[in-house]
Amino acid sequence: MKNNLKEILFNIAVLLGSFIIALFLGSIILLIAGVNPLVAYHAMIIRPVSNIYGLSEAVVRAIPLMMVGIGISIAFRSKMINIGGEGQIQLGAIAAGAAALALPGLPKVILIPVVILAGFTAGGIWGGIAGWMKAKLSVNEVLSTVMLNYIAFQIYLYLIRGPLIDPSELAWGTGVPQTARMPDSSIFQRLIQGQRIHSGIFIAIIIAFLVYFLLWRTTFGFRLRAVGEEPKAANYAGVKVDKYLVLAMILSGGLAGIAGSIEVIGVHHRVLEGLSANYGFSGIVVALFGRLHPLGVIPASFFFGLLLIGAEMMQRAVDIPSALVISIQGLVILAVVSSNLILENPKYRKKFLSFFVQKL
Amino acid sequence: MGKIQSMEMVDITKTFPGVIANKDVNLKVESGEVLALLGENGAGKTTLMNILYGLYKPNGGKVLINGKEVNIDSPQKALELGIGMVHQHFMLVPSLTVTENVALGIKFKSKFSMNLDRVAEKIKKLSELHNMNINPNLLISDLSVGERQKVEIIKALYHEANLLVLDEPTAALTPQETDQLIKWLRSVIGEGMGVIFISHKLNEVMEVSDRVEVLRNGENVYSTKTSETNIDELARNMAGRDVKLPTAERKSKYGEDIVNLKDVWAKNERGIDALRGINLNIRKGEILGIAGVSGNGQKELAEAIAGLQKIYKGEIRFKGENIANKSVQQIIDKGMGFVPEDRLHMGTIPGFKVKENMILKDYLRDPFSKIFLLDRTYINDYCKSTVDEYDVRCPNINTPTHALSGGNIQKVILSRELKRNPDALIASYPIRGVDIASVQYIHEKLLEARDNDMAILLITEELDELINLSDRIAVIYEGQILDIIDAKEADKSRLGLLMAGVKEGVS
Amino acid sequence: MAVSAYLQLAIRILTVAVAVSAPYIFAAIGEMFSQKSGVLNLGVEGIMMLGAFVAFYFAWAHENILLGIILAIFVGGLMGLLMAFVSVTLKAKQGISGIGLFMFGWGVAGTLFRLFVGGVQSISGLQDLNVSGLTDLPYIGRILFSHNILVYLAFLLVPVSWYVLYKTPWGLKVRAVGSTPRAADTMGINVTKIRYQCVILGSMLAGLAGAYLSVAQANMFASDLVAGRGFIAIALVYFGRWKPFGILKGAMLFSVANGFQRWFQISGIAFPYEVTVVFPYVLIIVVLALSHKKFAEPTALTVPYDREFKG
Repeated sequence: MKNNLKEILFNIAVLLGSFIIALFLGSIILLIAGVNPLVAYHAMIIRPVSNIYGLSEAVVRAIPLMMVGIGISIAFRSKMINIGGEGQIQLGAIAAGAAALALPGLPKVILIPVVILAGFTAGGIWGGIAGWMKAKLSVNEVLSTVMLNYIAFQIYLYLIRGPLIDPSELAWGTGVPQTARMPDSSIFQRLIQGQRIHSGIFIAIIIAFLVYFLLWRTTFGFRLRAVGEEPKAANYAGVKVDKYLVLAMILSGGLAGIAGSIEVIGVHHRVLEGLSANYGFSGIVVALFGRLHPLGVIPASFFFGLLLIGAEMMQRAVDIPSALVISIQGLVILAVVSSNLILENPKYRKKFLSFFVQKL
Repeated sequence: MGKIQSMEMVDITKTFPGVIANKDVNLKVESGEVLALLGENGAGKTTLMNILYGLYKPNGGKVLINGKEVNIDSPQKALELGIGMVHQHFMLVPSLTVTENVALGIKFKSKFSMNLDRVAEKIKKLSELHNMNINPNLLISDLSVGERQKVEIIKALYHEANLLVLDEPTAALTPQETDQLIKWLRSVIGEGMGVIFISHKLNEVMEVSDRVEVLRNGENVYSTKTSETNIDELARNMAGRDVKLPTAERKSKYGEDIVNLKDVWAKNERGIDALRGINLNIRKGEILGIAGVSGNGQKELAEAIAGLQKIYKGEIRFKGENIANKSVQQIIDKGMGFVPEDRLHMGTIPGFKVKENMILKDYLRDPFSKIFLLDRTYINDYCKSTVDEYDVRCPNINTPTHALSGGNIQKVILSRELKRNPDALIASYPIRGVDIASVQYIHEKLLEARDNDMAILLITEELDELINLSDRIAVIYEGQILDIIDAKEADKSRLGLLMAGVKEGVS
Repeated sequence: MAVSAYLQLAIRILTVAVAVSAPYIFAAIGEMFSQKSGVLNLGVEGIMMLGAFVAFYFAWAHENILLGIILAIFVGGLMGLLMAFVSVTLKAKQGISGIGLFMFGWGVAGTLFRLFVGGVQSISGLQDLNVSGLTDLPYIGRILFSHNILVYLAFLLVPVSWYVLYKTPWGLKVRAVGSTPRAADTMGINVTKIRYQCVILGSMLAGLAGAYLSVAQANMFASDLVAGRGFIAIALVYFGRWKPFGILKGAMLFSVANGFQRWFQISGIAFPYEVTVVFPYVLIIVVLALSHKKFAEPTALTVPYDREFKG
């Protein structure tokens, strides 16, 4: 147990190190652009933790990040690089919206699970397509998920502009592409008066624990992890590798779909443009920061939730574009995958550890 | 720098994380002699040679050529000095031609073009001069193992090497090809070449070398002129103790056929027929050995029986039922065990814990899991006792498997396959790259299983192993079984001819 | 009558196809070099975004297109250096590091665009360069010789890169390093150096491809200007089986198919606008499904090389 704790602390140290390196590299870009990095980072990191609005909004963002991040962790563990989170979120959202609008009469205890399941199904199908193409046709999943993102985006736009558009938008002639408001029976409760933080956070955390349980305590999870770690050996042990690759991608896309449905029933209460807010990409960073572990993703998603709201506050307060956060996330990805050299290669790990111990 | 008259490695030390591969090793070779570097797997022979070739950087020690210290920090430098190396795993690019492979080491005058025709011509000349018959325009991927070795040698000769290092050069050769190689080596040392011949096969060492240097656990333990030693002496020094490998006791009666292959045809992953009408039967309580140069269909044969390789013709009967092209899971459930050739990536999942690999085929069964939940307490208890029973050396059952040594990984696999008590077991190259103590253990376990009426198919390239353990030996050549001989009557030269595809007339 | 109308249409589609295929050729040939050496660079999209912005910015603020293009190539090279450092020296998993590079380029381009430009601005882009005598050739003249200089450069790049890859010592080393780095190493080839060179070269070409989009095609910059073209270029490398002329074929087929699709759109045949937008992406998925990559792929692709690693 003591060893375990040391391991976790070591991991956290390496991750925070990566994050600091990423911020440092980001500050070079800011300096080139003529911006004072201290002002930018102060606005981005300190501001959101100093008031209730920032904290509430961080949690609001952590919810979809957690779902997408866990989904991506499952895919990565199966050696499938799912960067189709955006499309899976959008389709999950639209399916959730459609389900809620179609079944307004159902009681809340039934409708909310149905809506979440609708999101899971839509996202799962979208992820499953990429998984199937990888398993059967050896199509590179990065490319297929990117292409599926563009396709999903157009389907999404088509539906909220056309068949699913709010009838009142048509009646008033404003034509804003969004659906009608969800029935109250499909909406999550707000937790704090005047803030957007909602009870979806509990659902997300429960799902995180369920996924943990699924992966490490069940025979299904055993197979799924076996296929991801070494498909040749899994096949040798009697596991149908292709099937589990597809299942992993269905699960991965499905969780992104749940993120979409929670966004609809927890935050926007309707399906509208820009809902996915690049969570599909931020989820990659969250998954890596959570070390591809469902329980690691929980704190990671809060951390990046803060960063995302921080970036928005920075844009409003000191007029530095919030797009900066995308590049910082990119740098974090680069830094974290580079740090795997230390985390996973025994040679470098030993060197680093002895250095680490000496310093402490 | 002129020709290498003498090369000396002094006090070489090399450590890897957690392992000392070489400790103050000394070695000297002169032109015109063959030095045999002898040692069992893991003794540090290959590491030492990789240092000589500039691939590894030693932690201490120096290399002297003609008495002068040289710093070999890259293979480039080694090539320039005249050191040529034929690696155990050939260092050739399969997607390039022979000529292109040789050209890789050439410094062309122009950056913008290269005259490959001239290179090809010189290769042809060299190959004729040394009786090697190599077509420089063929792709490496189209060459046999023996031919690839010749390309490696030509590569070294092309770059005017006059110190040649051969790392386990006979591992994949037939006895006849080995004889040819030894003859060739004796002839080139007459012309002033120095040779380091790495091997763990004692009789070859006795035959080819002038002097012997024995390494054990990364240290020099014995150094002598070949004429002043004998096989037993070398064996004792190599293992550090007397080793008596077990041999099968002859039986007079065997049980019924457990596995029966009739006219089995299968294509390999490149779409070429790898099995061309295999007929075989394995009886209860028998070890059937498969002899052959690797790449003649052994891998496909083993995997076809285990269900990992599709066959397109013929039938495979297991306990009377045709299992050809059934799913892997079905065949496992019916009682088939398989110790695969690729121990680390097929036999185990390297990133999984030792305990997870131990239950890789059992996690679905009742005490290990209930409905769909894994029973962690049972699994932990089971694995702890198995680790003790099979003497698996690992820090604990939660250690990732890739951190274990080859011998211990093999024990994990063996424990898993044997404890399921299968009716038949396929064992592919079970001792390849394993230390001598584990070899002994693995052989004892296989014989014990045989005596408990298991039907075992043993695939290996070590003829000694085959003759010691098998009841019968089948020789595979280009996807066909050329002959099946009783192990009592088997001798190496006869097996060697069969392995080369030569089937004698009735004598 | 009808025949000549169709002929006119065919000429128009092909002319446009030649022009729009240029950025794909630049980016895909660049990616080919990177992959041939064993490094999968999935950051092409991000490099193109950055290249597009840099070229646009200098064309817009300083009215110097040439400087813009040169700096786009330079910035592409810097991105390549970053990718090579992370993937070759630090041995990061290439699939994921490429995504990081993509997001980095995307974010930086977006940030700088908002800081320095603010909104959509158009520029006068690169002029077409008629080749005396050739442009007036019937049919072919317009299709092939009525373009800006970068288009000619793109088509010249194809045979040149073929020659480099198959006929020069460096090309031989690249092919060896991407297939069996250990064997290359034992022959005295510096695996790390070759991989750095290829990744940087590839990224410079991606920077150029991005510049093409902003200063030679759209004559503006917007955050969604690249719109997946970087990923499409990678798909074309698979389709072209890692061969320059295969990539040329793929880029042309893709551009012509896209040209037809746009013609359908203009000619008023009724189908939803979204379908036409989606078309190229569906096409690429189909293309990927049809290009069986087994045995053509460089065998050491995405595998970092470690001399002392016993694997």
